[in-house]
Amino acid sequence: MNIVACVKQVPDTEAQIRVKADGSGIEEGGIKWVMNPYDEYGVEEALRLKEKNGGEVTVISLGPARVMETIRTALAMGADKGIHISDPAFDGADAYTTASALAAALKDLNPDIIFCGQRAIDGDQGQVGAILADLLDIPQVSIITKLDYADGAIKVIRPIEGAQLLIEAKLPCLVTAQKGLNEPRYASLPGIMKAKKKPVDVKDAAALGVTPAANAKVVKFVPPPARAAGKIVCGDDPAAKAKELARLLREEAKVI
Amino acid sequence: MAKGVWIVAEQRDGALRKISFELASTARRLADELGEEVGAVLCGSGIEGIAGQLAKYGVDKVFVADAPELEPYTTDAHSAAVAKIVKENDPSILLLGASTQGRDLSARLVGKLATGMGTDCVGAKIVDGKLLLTRPMYAGKCFGEVAISSFPQMATLRPNVFPAVENPKAGEIVKFDPALDAAKQKTRVLEVQKDASGKVDLTEATIIVSGGRGMKGPENYVIIEELANVLGATVGASRAAVDAGWRPQTDQVGQTGKIVSPNLYVACGISGAIQHLAGMGSSKVIVAINKDAEAPIFARADYGIVDDLFKVVPELTKACKELLA
Repeated sequence: MNIVACVKQVPDTEAQIRVKADGSGIEEGGIKWVMNPYDEYGVEEALRLKEKNGGEVTVISLGPARVMETIRTALAMGADKGIHISDPAFDGADAYTTASALAAALKDLNPDIIFCGQRAIDGDQGQVGAILADLLDIPQVSIITKLDYADGAIKVIRPIEGAQLLIEAKLPCLVTAQKGLNEPRYASLPGIMKAKKKPVDVKDAAALGVTPAANAKVVKFVPPPARAAGKIVCGDDPAAKAKELARLLREEAKVI
Repeated sequence: MAKGVWIVAEQRDGALRKISFELASTARRLADELGEEVGAVLCGSGIEGIAGQLAKYGVDKVFVADAPELEPYTTDAHSAAVAKIVKENDPSILLLGASTQGRDLSARLVGKLATGMGTDCVGAKIVDGKLLLTRPMYAGKCFGEVAISSFPQMATLRPNVFPAVENPKAGEIVKFDPALDAAKQKTRVLEVQKDASGKVDLTEATIIVSGGRGMKGPENYVIIEELANVLGATVGASRAAVDAGWRPQTDQVGQTGKIVSPNLYVACGISGAIQHLAGMGSSKVIVAINKDAEAPIFARADYGIVDDLFKVVPELTKACKELLA
């Protein structure tokens, strides 16, 4: 099987995000960069699929030079080779451009199945997987928590509001991974050593034949609105405090 | 020249979902500023009867595709149908709900329409004749103002944030043929397993009562559930509680869980790790109950009680029950 895992490098979940004074972006100093947590579930599932059915796992990522670290992490987990789309022209690329670049880089690979995270925890958009599937003209199933493969088709579980769906999709197909799909493995020390020797193909926009553009553009970054200081309900008696809180929620905040 | 503000209405089991009315009202507001019409696309099977309800919230024209292939929802069929009617009519703005279905459908449409989109927006206005969106990024650790330079200018709107306002219009219903090619449909819903509890999903809940590490074990969630029952709330959990196996993954609120924006969020025994604060920070009113006065959650809370949650929560349940009786 030709298996692809798309990964993105993002600030780790504990990162404090500070907006630049001119609102042009976020301050990147001091940020620890990690593989997007949802992409880790995708990489893990890709590796499990390969272990059961044979084949090869290609990991692909778009971003600046530091992204190579994240590609190496996936290689250390067990992926076979990498593609790094690296070009300053892609700075500020929107989802459509990113997906176009991924599609161009994956075209000759003819993947049977592509994994993406259900969204990246930086931009929080969750668009790239679906657009990529559309550009490759293959079906996609988003936000899945279980996957079984047999006879050229997958059966997946997709939770929606108030229900779960069991969906069958023929390969080739793209799926986006949600927490619960699996427990991602850690890279072993031998894995890390081996990863250093695995091939990573670096491509720029010209090599891909993609013209970077941003139809959707963040024109200004702003810090979240400040919250006014809260009210602590004081006293020694838990029952009296609870009663006062209930009154405040009803009469002052008017939310119950 | 692209013209008109359109929505993709969402229905489930033949009933329009609340987000559809929120979308319609927002579209009406934007269209009035532009002096344009509001259009809605409604897809499903046997749903013609409900199309008229959209006019009550300001929709001028509802384009209805009624076909067996459109029920239940699949990305394949719905994206093909919506893309077809949108391409034929060239609206300038296209809004969907940031629901599970809307997020799925919208992203596929971005591909089919080769355009740009702002996802999960909490603000939408017209500036110089163009759509300007506000959306949380990094799970609400910062916000981005997003402009779209292609058409249609697409956005998904976060449920529960934009008010549904009645604004009746004459409302015309236009049927269209989605022209679905069965051979092209490569995904199939084999089974729908409904959640029997009937509880509202966290992303749509107006009140959430959440428990964290301070709950000490899964058995203690009964006191959270009792409070939730009295308030008509949905139960949530922090990542610590989910990773400990006390609560299912679907309950997790936070940067790697669900991003929620209820009217009231009650955090019980949750210290307020940055990932959690990111996921619930846009709640309108936040209540913290925790015995650690130094817990970061208190810096975000509108109301707080510093005390043992096992003493406070049952009393709060009792007090709310009396107030709401």
